Amino acid sequence: MKPTDIGAPDYFHKVVDCQWACPAHTPVPEYIRLIAAGRYGEAYMVNWKSNVFPGILGRTCDRPCEPACRRGRVEENNGEKPEPVAICRLKRVAADFKEDIRPQLPKPAAKKNGKKIACIGAGPASLTVARDLAPLGYQVVLFDGDKKMGGMIRTQIPRFRLPEEVIDEEVGYIAGLGIEFRGGKRIESLKKLLADGYDAIFVGSGAPRGRELAIPGRQEAAKNIHIGIDWLSSVSFGHIDKIGKRVIVLGGGNTAMDCCRTSRRLGGDDVKVIVRSGFEEMKASPWEKEDAVHEGIPILNYLVPKEFMHLNGKLTGVTFEKVKAVYDDKGRRSLVPTGEPDPHYECDDVLVAVGQENAYPWIERDLGLEFDKWDMPVVDKTTLQSTIPQVFFGGDAAFGPKNIIWAVAHGHDAAISIDKLCNGEDVRNRPAPMANLMSQKMGIHEWSYDNEIAPDERYKVPHRDTKLSLKNIKVEVELGFDTKLGFKEAQRCLNCDVQTVFTSKQCIECDACVDICPMDCITFAVDGEEKDLRTRLSAPAKTLSQEIYVAGGLRTGRIMAKDEDVCLHCGLCAERCPTGAWDMQKFYLELTPAGPGCRERHNEPARKAA
Amino acid sequence: MTYLTKPRLHHPTLPVNKVGYTRRDYEGKVSTLCAGCGHDSISAAIIQACWELNIEPHRVAKLSGIGCSSKTPDYFLGNSHGFNSVHGRMPSVATGANLANRDLVYLGVSGDGDSASIGIGQFAHVMRRGVNMTYIVENNGVYGLTKGQFSATADQGSKSKRGIVNSDSPIDMASLALQLGATFVARSFSGDKKQLVPLIKAAISHPGASFIDVISPCVAFNNHPGSTKSYDYVREHNDSVNRLDFWPSRDAISVDYAEGEVIDVPQHDGSIMRLRKTRPEYDPTDRLKAIDQIGQHHARGEVLTGLLYLDREAEDLHVHLNTVSVSLNKLTARELCPGAAVLEHINASLR
Repeated sequence: MKPTDIGAPDYFHKVVDCQWACPAHTPVPEYIRLIAAGRYGEAYMVNWKSNVFPGILGRTCDRPCEPACRRGRVEENNGEKPEPVAICRLKRVAADFKEDIRPQLPKPAAKKNGKKIACIGAGPASLTVARDLAPLGYQVVLFDGDKKMGGMIRTQIPRFRLPEEVIDEEVGYIAGLGIEFRGGKRIESLKKLLADGYDAIFVGSGAPRGRELAIPGRQEAAKNIHIGIDWLSSVSFGHIDKIGKRVIVLGGGNTAMDCCRTSRRLGGDDVKVIVRSGFEEMKASPWEKEDAVHEGIPILNYLVPKEFMHLNGKLTGVTFEKVKAVYDDKGRRSLVPTGEPDPHYECDDVLVAVGQENAYPWIERDLGLEFDKWDMPVVDKTTLQSTIPQVFFGGDAAFGPKNIIWAVAHGHDAAISIDKLCNGEDVRNRPAPMANLMSQKMGIHEWSYDNEIAPDERYKVPHRDTKLSLKNIKVEVELGFDTKLGFKEAQRCLNCDVQTVFTSKQCIECDACVDICPMDCITFAVDGEEKDLRTRLSAPAKTLSQEIYVAGGLRTGRIMAKDEDVCLHCGLCAERCPTGAWDMQKFYLELTPAGPGCRERHNEPARKAA
Repeated sequence: MTYLTKPRLHHPTLPVNKVGYTRRDYEGKVSTLCAGCGHDSISAAIIQACWELNIEPHRVAKLSGIGCSSKTPDYFLGNSHGFNSVHGRMPSVATGANLANRDLVYLGVSGDGDSASIGIGQFAHVMRRGVNMTYIVENNGVYGLTKGQFSATADQGSKSKRGIVNSDSPIDMASLALQLGATFVARSFSGDKKQLVPLIKAAISHPGASFIDVISPCVAFNNHPGSTKSYDYVREHNDSVNRLDFWPSRDAISVDYAEGEVIDVPQHDGSIMRLRKTRPEYDPTDRLKAIDQIGQHHARGEVLTGLLYLDREAEDLHVHLNTVSVSLNKLTARELCPGAAVLEHINASLR
């Protein structure tokens, strides 16, 4: 096998599974260590720099980091139920217990650079663009139809999951950077905005349209059939404060979960979620399904809505067709009617949460901004640039509905593009990340990180008593970890960013590392092709997505092969190594943000040497 | 040495053996020896061998004397019986234990100081009596605990870490064991588990006195140029006469070799030992030639490793003494005091 090039930033980045999986590449183990050390403010700032909304994301993130977390893999066959570290809820610990971090935030630019940027929509993507660009001296103007900033964070996420103070606080940090907000008025024409002389326009208007369910009875019973996201924002604004006693929510995504739980708090006693697919394949995050079930909401599956039943213009119920999943030889699923009689469920109201769509009625089609066959703007995946060079898209507006953390990642990338564009540079030339590798050795058996592996299983976040939380829609259900539980959960983190770095020329092949490794990660073997080598290691390396770290140049002519898959990063290999061939080195990767660092010319000396 | 206990977590695919244990179940406490010590590798090889042999941990007695090597039984088989005896006196404790309870697997772990100096007399007698045990000498050529003085196995002319040349003639433990009547004699290297693990398995299964001399570099005091027991020296001068494969039973044999290069040696317990010859001229059943070969290699500065001698018709102490097949500690008052009638019968036979 080819020896591993540990100098390439991606190699060790991939080993930090959580950071690699995070769209914004937040340095997760770094902030978890800070939480364990009680340095909540610093933990918060590591997050804030990277993902802008730690308090909000600590409650609502889709957490792509958690399924990726190594802890889940190493606990397999070691206990009751393998579970990742509660990364998302630890983020909230940092937000809940931080000191006043305002002095650490960037100041509004003392001098403007004369460039004007318009952001359409004031949701997470636009706010990220504003946060990245405003301190650099850009004049950023945010437009939104709502009177307050926050976008879907404010309008669609129910208060019992995300209190308004948290939104106000974190949106406020960005407002404090000297940006201009023009709320309460929608942008009706891109053409007009283009004529206003902005140097760049960022479209972060989300996916604002709830998908319709065109089945018989929809028109006749319209009074009691509501589109989920519209209904949620009406609740959020206080326009709606009750719903019928019997409610059916159609759809299996997170919006459906928010709809059913909100209904429970507005008078719905008998609330059901009914989905087409199987329970397991529902799009909603497992924990959101769990929370809904915990609040006494049954989820019925394999039922396709067929007809809204009504009497005298009033909805009486919904009829479904019962289906089953059938898989073809390629593993593709289709839902086939079972032939059983159609079940009918009575109800007073229906909430339709079967998806969201983009809508661009305000973009004139003769501007040169290209749309594809799905009527989505043509946007470059890396630069987020549209076919009009100074118009960029991000968040749900760019590639359809995703989530907050993706919106933030898009915001950062768009800010870099805008900054480069405004400096006359090629937006396709992207800045490399900052990567650093530093030994953590403090003494003979002393490391600057806590390398003892906590055997604890994942801690549950305490919830408020359902009796109380169902009474008031503004009462937050999750109480969050306290500092004690937060510490214990933080100790479950394996510090995957502290890398095992091997130096062949120091190695005397004494096998000490092989013998001590609790997970049988290390092998000294005769070289071979990767496929063959993976079967010959101390333990078979079956997780193909995880790399094998290979180093040659040993005196016996063999190679060192380390399977990164289930390494605990406990450092025992380095502790047992008599020659220092193994060392534990912290890998720190930070994306280069918009600003001088992302520009090609930043290395030129500001003034000539004397 | 390390201050951390080894985490309990193990690889998700870690297999269990026939008696329901993982390899990790055969581990002991975390070693307090120097990082990189060859002895730790031997401990790992013993753990691997016992796991592969499906030995129930409570059926093993591990015995040792004094020294770095003799500390190691604390670092493997944490659920087995152990006896850390006086310096050099492990063989007599092992002999006594074996006499009292012949049903256990006896594993003696000693060092070159413990066995070739203070305990050489005891070593000699345990070998010649044929006590059914596996005697492993973790041989590093120095006194590690007292900072690296030459031991009795250090080669004449080899240098200490401080540059002092050894003037004394070395004791070759393998030759000595051969002369004294050991019925299984092998030599190996701590840095070559592929060779060492099957040797330990075969030795444990051997029904007699088995001896393995394992060269085990002392990283702190004897792993430097000028040493003949360093990782580099042993790797460069290792002449292995054969490779051993060992299967607990004939059904388990899974590898085929070309005819003529292998000898299958069935064992009394149904297990199979298979020797792959790397030196066709070497005959591991000839005691005298083995002694000769070891001497010739030593004269050339080479280390002869592998299974050096095997007596297929080995007998042990209990056979020599004609003891009952039930282990003595299981005999009750009824068998030991059979009554006046039996005594009368015995007395009558002597009149």
